Amino acid sequence: MQFMLLFSRQGKLRLQKWYVPLSDKEKKKITRELVQTVLARKPKMCSFLEWRDLKIVYKRYASLYFCCAIEDQDNELITLEIIHRYVELLDKYFGSVCELDIIFNFEKAYFILDEFLLGGEVQETSKKNVLKAIEQADLLQEKTETMYHSKSFIGYKKAY
Amino acid sequence: MPAVSKGDGMRGLAVFISDIRNCKSKEAEIKRINKELANIRSKFKGDKALDGYSKKKYVCKLLFIFLLGHDIDFGHMEAVNLLSSNKYTEKQIGYLFISVLVNSNSELIRLINNAIKNDLASRNPTFMCLALHCIANVGSREMGEAFAADIPRILVAGDSMDSVKQSAALCLLRLYKASPDLVPMGEWTARVVHLLNDQHMGVVTAAVSLITCLCKKNPDDFKTCISLAVSRLSRIVSSASTDLQDYTYYFVPAPWLSVKLLRLLQSYPPPEDAAVKGRLVECLETVLNKAQEPPKSKKVQHSNAKNAILFETISLIIHYDSEPNLLVRACNQLGQFLQHRETNLRYLALESMCTLASSEFSHEAVKTHIDTVINALKTERDVSVRQRAADLLYAMCDRSNAKQIVSEMLRYLETADYAIREEIVLKVAILAEKYAVDYSWYVDTILNLIRIAGDYVSEEVWYRVLQIVTNRDDVQGYAAKTVFEALQAPACHENMVKVGGYILGEFGNLIAGDPRSSPPVQFSLLHSKFHLCSVATRALLLSTYIKFINLFPETKATIQGVLRAGSQLRNADVELQQRAVEYLTLSSVASTDVLATVLEEMPPFPERESSILAKLKRKKGPGAASALDDGRRDPSSNDINGGVEPTPSTVSTPSPSADLLGLRAAPPPAAPPASAGAGNLLVDVFDGPAAQPSLGPTPEEAFLSELEPPAPESPMALLADPVPAADPGPEDIGPPIPEADELLNKFVCKNNGVLFENQLLQIGVKSEFRQNLGRMYLFYGNKTSVQFQNFSPTVVHPGDLQTQLAVQTKRVAAQVDGGAQVQQVLNIECLRDFLTPPLLSVRFRYGGAPQALTLKLPVTINKFFQPTEMAAQDFFQRWKQLSLPQQEAQKIFKANHPMDAEVTKAKLLGFGSALLDNVDPNPENFVGAGIIQTKALQVGCLLRLEPNAQAQMYRLTLRTSKEPVSRHLCELLAQQF
Repeated sequence: MQFMLLFSRQGKLRLQKWYVPLSDKEKKKITRELVQTVLARKPKMCSFLEWRDLKIVYKRYASLYFCCAIEDQDNELITLEIIHRYVELLDKYFGSVCELDIIFNFEKAYFILDEFLLGGEVQETSKKNVLKAIEQADLLQEKTETMYHSKSFIGYKKAY
Repeated sequence: MPAVSKGDGMRGLAVFISDIRNCKSKEAEIKRINKELANIRSKFKGDKALDGYSKKKYVCKLLFIFLLGHDIDFGHMEAVNLLSSNKYTEKQIGYLFISVLVNSNSELIRLINNAIKNDLASRNPTFMCLALHCIANVGSREMGEAFAADIPRILVAGDSMDSVKQSAALCLLRLYKASPDLVPMGEWTARVVHLLNDQHMGVVTAAVSLITCLCKKNPDDFKTCISLAVSRLSRIVSSASTDLQDYTYYFVPAPWLSVKLLRLLQSYPPPEDAAVKGRLVECLETVLNKAQEPPKSKKVQHSNAKNAILFETISLIIHYDSEPNLLVRACNQLGQFLQHRETNLRYLALESMCTLASSEFSHEAVKTHIDTVINALKTERDVSVRQRAADLLYAMCDRSNAKQIVSEMLRYLETADYAIREEIVLKVAILAEKYAVDYSWYVDTILNLIRIAGDYVSEEVWYRVLQIVTNRDDVQGYAAKTVFEALQAPACHENMVKVGGYILGEFGNLIAGDPRSSPPVQFSLLHSKFHLCSVATRALLLSTYIKFINLFPETKATIQGVLRAGSQLRNADVELQQRAVEYLTLSSVASTDVLATVLEEMPPFPERESSILAKLKRKKGPGAASALDDGRRDPSSNDINGGVEPTPSTVSTPSPSADLLGLRAAPPPAAPPASAGAGNLLVDVFDGPAAQPSLGPTPEEAFLSELEPPAPESPMALLADPVPAADPGPEDIGPPIPEADELLNKFVCKNNGVLFENQLLQIGVKSEFRQNLGRMYLFYGNKTSVQFQNFSPTVVHPGDLQTQLAVQTKRVAAQVDGGAQVQQVLNIECLRDFLTPPLLSVRFRYGGAPQALTLKLPVTINKFFQPTEMAAQDFFQRWKQLSLPQQEAQKIFKANHPMDAEVTKAKLLGFGSALLDNVDPNPENFVGAGIIQTKALQVGCLLRLEPNAQAQMYRLTLRTSKEPVSRHLCELLAQQF
């Protein structure tokens, strides 16, 4: 996988992970182009498209689009399920995840992704093992403050 | 799990994020961010030492700001400090910051590497994983240099935890992809292969990816992985859906690992060992069988995971291309998917069938689905799916179904999305040519293409039909009749006029017997379209007219009348004017015999690879057209469709298109200077060099002038006499100003800009170069309010330059008013390689005082570079061919500018060479190729630039076939970085 982008219906980038070296300028250009392309597609269309010399695999979950760029020989369907497994991981960790969880805890979203995918390849597919790594980290953590926001003021539809 | 217990609850961060979310406008957001940045900066600078928590919080805020798309230029040091914290979350944030905002400051890198080293040595698996993630996320060469040797050790160490092994495997993979030279192969490789046997599925999952990548380069070293992968795969495939516990995904056992194993096996040919092969075939059959079983779940995840394995299995079957039984089964399975209700599956089935179509075992099986595919082309609502269907039709086409497929594609073209029309046109054109049984069908098809989608019919397509008609005399009469009929439509596409004009000019005589298409009728039909056409088409029609004079002497008077008309003879377009003048003269002075010789029918074109095919390949990347390219399925096709006897092309031709035919596909080194325009014709006839200067601009120059904004006095300029360049001798002018070299250097990699400026005068440059020709506009701006008098800029050729470079200038007005700008046009022709640029001497009087100034004109040899694309293999072959010591020039030098890969790329492209990707094993390096075009000779050039970011140095190597050129280019280019 070359990169993964999460963006909202409004085109706001929520998470970006690049597995190939690119300049910031190029990253911004790619993001702009892809967000536009993907948002323009209709709901029943297929989840794959050719883009430059890459294949784009995307799926929408509630207000968020998950979008991966893979190489020619990579498997589209398994990439769709990479996306789904990542959503499941986020969901399990945050407890029915929604876009706001990812906005306010973006660092956690990155940490979970790093446990699941590394260097663009699947590292660990077991939900238990991935979350174990993250939970351990939370246990190691010494200070606990109460979170600023609580779920109650989120007016968003849940992801599932 | 309640969210409240999650995270480290950085309250300040949450407040900041929600502030940003509440910003009503971009301006408000920027204001809030700037306030925060100022706050953080003051905290970082403040006297009070920050505690770890605050540092973490601020670093995290910076990260958030950066991810919003704003630039962050501080905080790196604080992030690095966090790395050595022994609190996990602080370390974690530190690492995240470092991986997202990679910095090239070497002192910082040293500190980061130290921290990583400590963590790797800590024996704390959580810390080790964090460090490995960081290395994998950054993946830079520096990281590789520091750690590539350690990671294999961690990976195979007996006491490494599973999670550490997983991270180490993928970390190593990333480093290997970035800098393969840094990862030493060794004793560890054998042990990595055995990770395929590891008890921990996660370890296997990570290791397969690494092995798949490593074995590409050293297949033999990793050969044992085949049997291990097969037995692992076999165990997974045959396991019950719950055996693998957490590695079962929606009732599918280990889908990711299965796909990866199947992927790995595609790096090798079928296993040689019969037992292994038997076991593998069994696996593949099991997967195909399972596809027929009822689903264990209605969830789409279940079917996706299952089908992911199925598609990968089919890929492997196609890769082996040796098991007819499996290939046909695969094809049948995909056939079922063609009508599946899931769009995704239909898309993938069409895509996968495309490759099946090129296997001799399954080609026929694929063909049975033709109706379904045609239906998909008509009814799919998603354009990307329709595109796949069109691709598949193209791939499954052979002589038996060509007519059906071509007519369906033509029908589709009428409603096709604009985005894919050109590609469909190319495909139809190729199929029609390739599978034509009778050429009248081919001609009909191409004319239909022009009728339906004329705008998308590229030159390659209509050139090709002319080529084929010219080469096959059995179709010429039919072609003439058909174009004549097509031209009778009240509105026909301009491409139709071009094809019609050309064909009637060559073969109009074949239908002239019929009174309905008698010569005067043919002429008036063509001429009725003339006034609506573009210049290029009108030029072509003029050539048709002169050909008519030869074919049909009875039209001579009418045609001469047309040529003589003021609208032609005094046409503002130089090409049309020139043709009218020349053709008129030719028709009046040449005898019938001479006329017949000059205007003889075109000789057959030498056969080449179809330029259309080349264009399709360019559009789609290599491999796209290969199914048809090799003609493997259709060996007989060559006799009829490829066979045109090669003939040396002898005479030049009065058509603007003729010299382009076919040659476009040839690589630049083989291309002759494309100058066989109308001019040469007369040169041949009158055989006098005196004819040449009067010919006006060559077609290339005309082309250049189209690219430029029209110069204010351009109609005048055409008539003005060119002034010989060097009126004052070199001794008359002063030496170049001291900054001349520096100013020249600025223009090595660019063509436009300000060449010189002082309080009085500004000189701007705008230039364009094509092949060995160039045109330069110099803009002289008077910055004062006083008129310049006796203003005279001249170009001087010092030394031998006169014989190497021809520069024609025109005089400019001798007075330049205060605040005004005058423009001077220079026509430049490179005769042979040269080392010193011409000089530009500018003299004028300002307020009575004489002013003189000598500059170097920004014309350097690299301006005549023509980029050449080539594959790695060709590059290295040529590189080796240029191995004489004097052919190489090398320079090692310090970077004068920040070492930015993008900037470097832009400079190299500006320098003129093509940039070749995937040639140098080290992706940091740049490799380029091109040809210097001069009138006398062409000089092939190869270059390689190796940046060393750590030392802030570059090494530049140039190889060309001419020694002084290598050195000169090397010097020019070295000053750019």
